[in-house]
Amino acid sequence: MTRPLALSADPIAATCPAPLAENERVLLGHGSGGQLMAELLADLTPRLGTPALDDAAIVVTGRPEIVLSTDSFVVTPRFFAGGDIGSLAVHGTVNDVAMMGARPVALSLAYIVEEGLPLEELRLVTASVARAARACGVPVVTGDTKVVGRGAADGLYLTTTGVGVRLPGACVSASQAQPGDLVLLSGPIGLHGVSILSTREGLGFDSEIASDTRPLHRLVATMIAAGAQDVHVLRDPTRGGLASALNEIATASSVGIELEESSLPVPAQVAAACEVLGLDPLHVANEGCLVAFVAQEAAGRVLRAMRRLPEGARAKLIGRACDAHHGRVVMRTLVGSRRIVDMLVGEQLPRIC
Amino acid sequence: MRYLDEYRDPVLARRLITEIRAAATREWSIMEVCGGQTHTIVRQGIDELVPVRMVHGPGCPVCVTPLEVIDRALAIAARPEVIFTSFGDMLRVPGSVTDLLSAKARGADVRVVYSPLDAVRLARRNPGREVVFFAVGFETTAPANAMAVLKAAEEGLANFSMLVSHVLVPPAIAAIMESATVDAFLAAGHVCAVMGWTEYEPLAEKYRVPIVVTGFEPLDLLEGILMAVRQLEEGRFAVENQYARAVRRTGNPAAQGAMRRAFSVSDQTWRGIGPIPASGLVLAPAFASFDAAVRFGALGVTAVEDPACIAGEILRGTRTPLQCAAYGTRCTPRRPLGAPMVSSEGTCAAYFNAGREPQP
Repeated sequence: MTRPLALSADPIAATCPAPLAENERVLLGHGSGGQLMAELLADLTPRLGTPALDDAAIVVTGRPEIVLSTDSFVVTPRFFAGGDIGSLAVHGTVNDVAMMGARPVALSLAYIVEEGLPLEELRLVTASVARAARACGVPVVTGDTKVVGRGAADGLYLTTTGVGVRLPGACVSASQAQPGDLVLLSGPIGLHGVSILSTREGLGFDSEIASDTRPLHRLVATMIAAGAQDVHVLRDPTRGGLASALNEIATASSVGIELEESSLPVPAQVAAACEVLGLDPLHVANEGCLVAFVAQEAAGRVLRAMRRLPEGARAKLIGRACDAHHGRVVMRTLVGSRRIVDMLVGEQLPRIC
Repeated sequence: MRYLDEYRDPVLARRLITEIRAAATREWSIMEVCGGQTHTIVRQGIDELVPVRMVHGPGCPVCVTPLEVIDRALAIAARPEVIFTSFGDMLRVPGSVTDLLSAKARGADVRVVYSPLDAVRLARRNPGREVVFFAVGFETTAPANAMAVLKAAEEGLANFSMLVSHVLVPPAIAAIMESATVDAFLAAGHVCAVMGWTEYEPLAEKYRVPIVVTGFEPLDLLEGILMAVRQLEEGRFAVENQYARAVRRTGNPAAQGAMRRAFSVSDQTWRGIGPIPASGLVLAPAFASFDAAVRFGALGVTAVEDPACIAGEILRGTRTPLQCAAYGTRCTPRRPLGAPMVSSEGTCAAYFNAGREPQP
C-alpha cells in the first residue's frame, strides 16, 4: 500500500536550499576537495536529510564506539611511483577511520570494472589490495564486483568501506581545536599530488617523485597513547591539500590558525615541480601524512612519540591555533610579512608561464 | 635546494628590506610588469614591507587576452570535430557567457597541454580531428608556439591550427608611460631571457625611467626594487639587469629566430586596455593556413564585458582590486567577472588568494 507523502514530512522539501540553476553541470573541480566541492556538498547533504557529513562517523556510541567510513578511488594512472589504486584504496579508508581516533578492524572492497580491462591488471590491483591490507593488519571481509560496458567507466574504480573501534581515551574531531593548541604535521607535503600529476601528464621530471601513500593508523594509536584527550584534532590532508584541511578545521572549531612558512616541510622536488606548474604545495594532495592539533602541554610528548615511528619520523611543529581571525589560516611568509592561506577553489590548473 | 632556497632566504630578505628603507627618501611608484612577479610580491607581502608604492602591471597573459578571442575559442571548442588544447590557466577565464571548463563539462573536447608540441602530437595521432591550440602569452611562450607551427608545417599536418593572441611587453610599457605616472619598471625576467633588453633601452631614454630586468623569487624582487630605488635616488634612468643568472643583453637569438619565422608583428587589442599599435603577434603570411581564426571563419561572436569589472584600470595600474566594488563579493576566483580574478598571476586573484580585504 502506498500513501502520498505529506509535504511537511518530507525532509528534502523542508531543508532543500535554493536549487542550483538548471543549466549548471558538474565540473571536474567539484571533486577537487576545495571550495567548489564544499558548495556541492552544501547543496547535496541537506537532500539526504542529515547534518553535514564528515569523512568518517561514529555509528555506535557507548563502549566501544564504532566508526564507519567510505571512499571511492578513481585515480589515473592506476599505477604510479610509490603505489597504485589498490594500495591507495586500502590506505585511504584506513586513514579516514584512523582520523576519528579509531583502530580500523575490517574493510569492504567494491570494483567497478570497464569491459575490456586486461584481467592481469585486475589481478595486480587485487594483489596490491591484499598486500596493503595485510600490512595494515586490517582484513578485507566482504566485497562486490560490477562490470560495465566499454566507455561507461575509465578502466577500474574501487570503493572501500572501513569499520573501526575507537581507541580508549580518544575524543578527536575537526571541531575540537582550542586556541593555544600546537599544530603538528607528520611528514613532508605534496608528494602524492605531484607524483600523480607528473606520471599522468608524462612530465618526466628528472628525479622521480614517489607518492607518500601509506597507512597512518599506527601513528594515530601512538599519538592517542601519548596524548589521549589532549589530542584534539586529527586530519589527513588529502584532496585540497594542507590548506583546505586547515581551513576546514579553523571553520569547524571557530579558531584562527597561524602557520610559519619557513617550518613547512616541502620537499625540494615538490617545490621545484610546483614552481614549474604554477601550483601551490599547500593545495596539493597528500596520502601519507596527518595534521594534528594538540594541547600545548602535551605537544612535546606527542611529537616525540610520533617521531619514534617511520611514518612520523619527520614530524614537526608548523604553527598554532589562536583566538583571533576565527575561521582563517594566516601564514607568516619567508620575508616576514603575513598572508591568508585560503582553500583551493576548484581544480588546480597549471599556469601559462 | 638549488635555484630556489637561495632566493628565498629570510635573513637576506630582511637585509634587502633594510637597504631599501635606507635608500628611499620618498615613496616611489614602481611597476612590476609581469604577473609572475605580482604573484610573488602579493603572496610574500613584499609590497607591505617596502616603502615603495608597487603598481601591478599588465603582464598576465590570461588577463589581457581579449574577450572576443575567448568567445571565439569557446565557439571553436564547441565544434564536434575539434580537440581544443590550451594551457590550464585559460580554461577558467570567463567569456561573455561561459568558460572552457564549463564547455568541457557540456561535452566539448577541451584538453590541457603543457607544451604546444603536445598539441602537434595530438594532431598527428588524430588525423580525423581538427586540433586547435590556444596560443596566448608574451614573448616567453611565443618561441615554443612558433616551434609548434614550424613543426606542423614541416610535417604537413593539415588538421593542426592555432588561435593566436600574442602580446609584446615593450609597446605596453610605452602605452603605460603615455598615460600613467610610474617612476620605474621591473621588466619581466623570463621575457628578457628570450628577447634580451636592447629594446628597453630606447624606452628608458625616451621616458627617462629606470628599467630593471628582474626575476621572480622574493630576493630577486627585493633586489630589483633596491636597484630601481637607487637609480631614482641618483637621478639615473638606465636599463639594469638584476636577473643576470638567466638573462643576457641580446637574449636568445635562436628563440627570436623561430618567432620571426612564424609570426609577424601586428596591432593588438589588450583586454581592459584597448588597442596598442604593434603590440601583438599574428601568424606570418606563409603560415596563415594554420590560423584557427581563418580556418573556422566568423562565428557570430559578440563580446559583452561585465560593466562592474574595472580590469582595465587594474591592468594599467591606476586602481587596485581593493578599489573595485565587485572585488570579493560578486567577483571571486570561483565566479570571476574579469580575467585578473582567474589566473594566479592576475592581480585580483593574487590579492584575493592572499586574503587582502578592503579597509572598512
